[in-house]
Amino acid sequence: MSNENWIEVGKLEDIPRQGARVVSRVEGDIAVFRTIDDEIFALRDKCPHKGGPLSQGIIHGKRVACPLHDWKIGLDTGVAVAPDEGCAARFPVKIEGGTVMLSLMPDEGCPNA
Amino acid sequence: MKEKLVLIGNGMAGVRALEELLKLSPDQYDITVFGGEPYGNYNRILLSPVLAGEKTIDEIMLNDEQWYTDNGITLHKGKWVEEVNRAQRRVRASDGTEEKYDRLIIATGSNPFIIPIPGNELDGVIAFRDIADVDTMLDASKKPDGKAVVIGGGLLGLEAANGLMKQGMDVTVVHLMDTLMERQLDKPAGALLKASLEEKGMKFLMEAQTEAVLGKDKVESVRFKDGLEIPADIVVMAVGIKPNIELAEKIGLHCERGIVVNDTMQTFDPRIYSVGECVQHRGTTYGLVAPLFEQAKVCANHLAHLGIARYEGSVTSTKLKVTGIDLFSAGDFHGGEGTEELVLQDPGRGIYKKVVLRDNRIIGSVMYGDTIDGTWYFEMMRDDTDVSDLRDNLLFGQAHLGDSGHGDDNRVAAMADTAEICGCNGVCKGDIVNAITSKNLFTLDDVRAHTKASSSCGSCTGLVEALLAHTLGGDYSESPARKPLCGCTEFTHDEIRAAIRDNALKDIPSTQQFLEWKTPDGCAKCRPALNYYLLCQWPSEFRDDSQSRFINERAHANIQKDATFSVIPRMWGGETTPAELKAIAEVAEKYKVKTVHITGGQRISLFGLKKEELPKVWGELNKAGLVSGHAYGKALRTVKTCVGKEWCRFGTQDSTEMGKELEKMTWGSWTPHKFKMAVSGCPRNCAEATIKDFGVVCVDSGYELHVGGNGGIKVRATDYLCAVKTPEEVKEYAAAFMQLYREDAHYMERTAPWLERVGLSYVKEKVVEDDEGRKALADRFLFAQTFAQDDPWAERAEGGEAHEFTPIKQVG
Repeated sequence: MSNENWIEVGKLEDIPRQGARVVSRVEGDIAVFRTIDDEIFALRDKCPHKGGPLSQGIIHGKRVACPLHDWKIGLDTGVAVAPDEGCAARFPVKIEGGTVMLSLMPDEGCPNA
Repeated sequence: MKEKLVLIGNGMAGVRALEELLKLSPDQYDITVFGGEPYGNYNRILLSPVLAGEKTIDEIMLNDEQWYTDNGITLHKGKWVEEVNRAQRRVRASDGTEEKYDRLIIATGSNPFIIPIPGNELDGVIAFRDIADVDTMLDASKKPDGKAVVIGGGLLGLEAANGLMKQGMDVTVVHLMDTLMERQLDKPAGALLKASLEEKGMKFLMEAQTEAVLGKDKVESVRFKDGLEIPADIVVMAVGIKPNIELAEKIGLHCERGIVVNDTMQTFDPRIYSVGECVQHRGTTYGLVAPLFEQAKVCANHLAHLGIARYEGSVTSTKLKVTGIDLFSAGDFHGGEGTEELVLQDPGRGIYKKVVLRDNRIIGSVMYGDTIDGTWYFEMMRDDTDVSDLRDNLLFGQAHLGDSGHGDDNRVAAMADTAEICGCNGVCKGDIVNAITSKNLFTLDDVRAHTKASSSCGSCTGLVEALLAHTLGGDYSESPARKPLCGCTEFTHDEIRAAIRDNALKDIPSTQQFLEWKTPDGCAKCRPALNYYLLCQWPSEFRDDSQSRFINERAHANIQKDATFSVIPRMWGGETTPAELKAIAEVAEKYKVKTVHITGGQRISLFGLKKEELPKVWGELNKAGLVSGHAYGKALRTVKTCVGKEWCRFGTQDSTEMGKELEKMTWGSWTPHKFKMAVSGCPRNCAEATIKDFGVVCVDSGYELHVGGNGGIKVRATDYLCAVKTPEEVKEYAAAFMQLYREDAHYMERTAPWLERVGLSYVKEKVVEDDEGRKALADRFLFAQTFAQDDPWAERAEGGEAHEFTPIKQVG
């Protein structure tokens, strides 16, 4: 957990509940999600199916439904809900004093980073 | 300490009950299973393909032994339970194994009926019931020129005969009656079936009564009442099954033909449940999988102490699993007094369809050759749909209206494995059949999830259902009319709407709470539906929940495959001006729009815009007076028109003006699904009004109104509603029809299927015949419009919802 390279993203309130915002990068966008319980997750903003922007999906429980073909992706795992297969890389994210902090180093294990 | 649950009978019904229970309450019970056969649980339905050499035993296992281990279930296989001590709540098996129970499930299934004739105990006389029988048959078929006699020309007998024939045996089917499958088929259909099977090489002895099986140690021949004797190396008795109630009777449970259970699948001893073929429920016993699975679900629900599910009996349908033969039967197809029979017979094409009606409702159907509409008839039968409006076309089926994407080939059994079923996702017949059998799929939803077939546009749903039924031998769709909105709730669309209305529920969380939603905040299917229902019910009060809207409605533009958006401004009645075109051209150039396309609804679409650019684009379009076209919404889309009498030498009325007025009245309104209109200036109908949700065809005397049409997946021409005299009336009828649809249809149901579901008569009654009712509907529509007609683009161009359109952070 050394090179996590945390950056400040914004305030928790800047992200709507059951919604997401995009952190835009040259290497590809990251979606930061806020659940109904104010949990925060971050995934590569790219569905493993056909690359749909997950940030634009409907967020329910700890899942997001991809806006293109309705694949469901687990926010906490980044993994597609069975029987679909694939993943979107997770990025470490945390809240410090109401500020959302994001690491730009994806967790290992998912090629879709 | 956990309660102890014991299951007697390791078959499909019993194990399905365990599976359902584990889904609901995985840690509630210590579970023990006793099974007589030396295997895990296998798919008995697929024994026929195993016999026919199309499958192996391994391929039809549903739960291997690892499954029992993984779920902490103790499996005693190859052990019969001989005694149940109900006072001490203890079961004892043949080898002395004992288990205590708090609750017990008896799922002992059924036994084949063996005809009481001399010789029935000879070696080589078997039933067609389990893996052992199949093994015996496969062994017998190895002998060159082997001869098989199958007694029983019902479903099971014919499947056994077909399998043996495929294994190279010479097969004679002996049937007591004069019609094959007489419980499922009437005479004409039975005759067609017999002819097809004879063509394949099967022999038949009809109205033949078996007198004895002859042979020394093993079977050698079969003799009939009339003295005829035919040689046989193997005799398969497939004349029926009877519920296996031996154990239940022995321990004093009330049995009639089967073990009698109530609606929660409990026997007369409430600690003891029973499911499957051994059960008698409300006087009926079942031998098909769909009802057994429903029973299993209810039983599990009760075991999990939820107690909200009731089994109320099943309506079943039958398909024969013989390759190349399409046959479907359901309900009472013999008819009789008080019934009407609609029959279509085309011997040349080998097609026969019969639908039996009572009081304009389908009570039974039998089909041979072309069975694609079997599921449609079956659904209407289960739902008790009034078909009086459909009678003209009923026998031609739903598909005659035109399904796109797979040509017109509807005979699934005859299709090659490489035939494409789902044109959207490129899924072939072979892929689907393989998935059904190798992944143990039983429902349409299973098939959608695993293969993606029928999961996009849905036009191949009928074909997929037919394949499912053909592969599994019956209808496996979930039970009757009561279809919950989604997996988050037990309630139907209609029940949810009623609850919102009657209990003054005014936001999504309180609706979910009131109706005891099973998930914390719903799913991508129910939230948009709830948002719509609330908005429709409480137009002046409801605060739209943008997070419960699909991205297109949230962002007021259409998302495209590369995550850019397209923008379509409204063009009233399909008419535009040079100034508007200039503004559009300027925007297109300034934002480097990649494609400018003319839509089917007489408008212009700009493709390839980035989400961040949308508010600015809208702001510039607004300046030229252009507003949102709602091309992205379940909403009023377009009103297509022709130029009408202003220019056209044939025009009878001012159709363009009529269209503009309709669009001015209805734009901005949200509807259950998209809603399109058109106005044609004369019956030549250049605006294609007869494939719109609401179409107006101008005639010399006024305006003809047409409803419930659409192009798209399944082309449906409109039904004629009525004729009116004035533009004011056109507007009133349009508003009333739209409001009825808004208040009545299920979310994501277009006017065409809605109209077919409720019937044209219903709509006429509300919109045409009831003057006051119509005015009230129109008033409610116009009231709702006072809250709906704000241009969403203007709000956002001025900075509204900015978070939706901008990244929270830019890195690097």
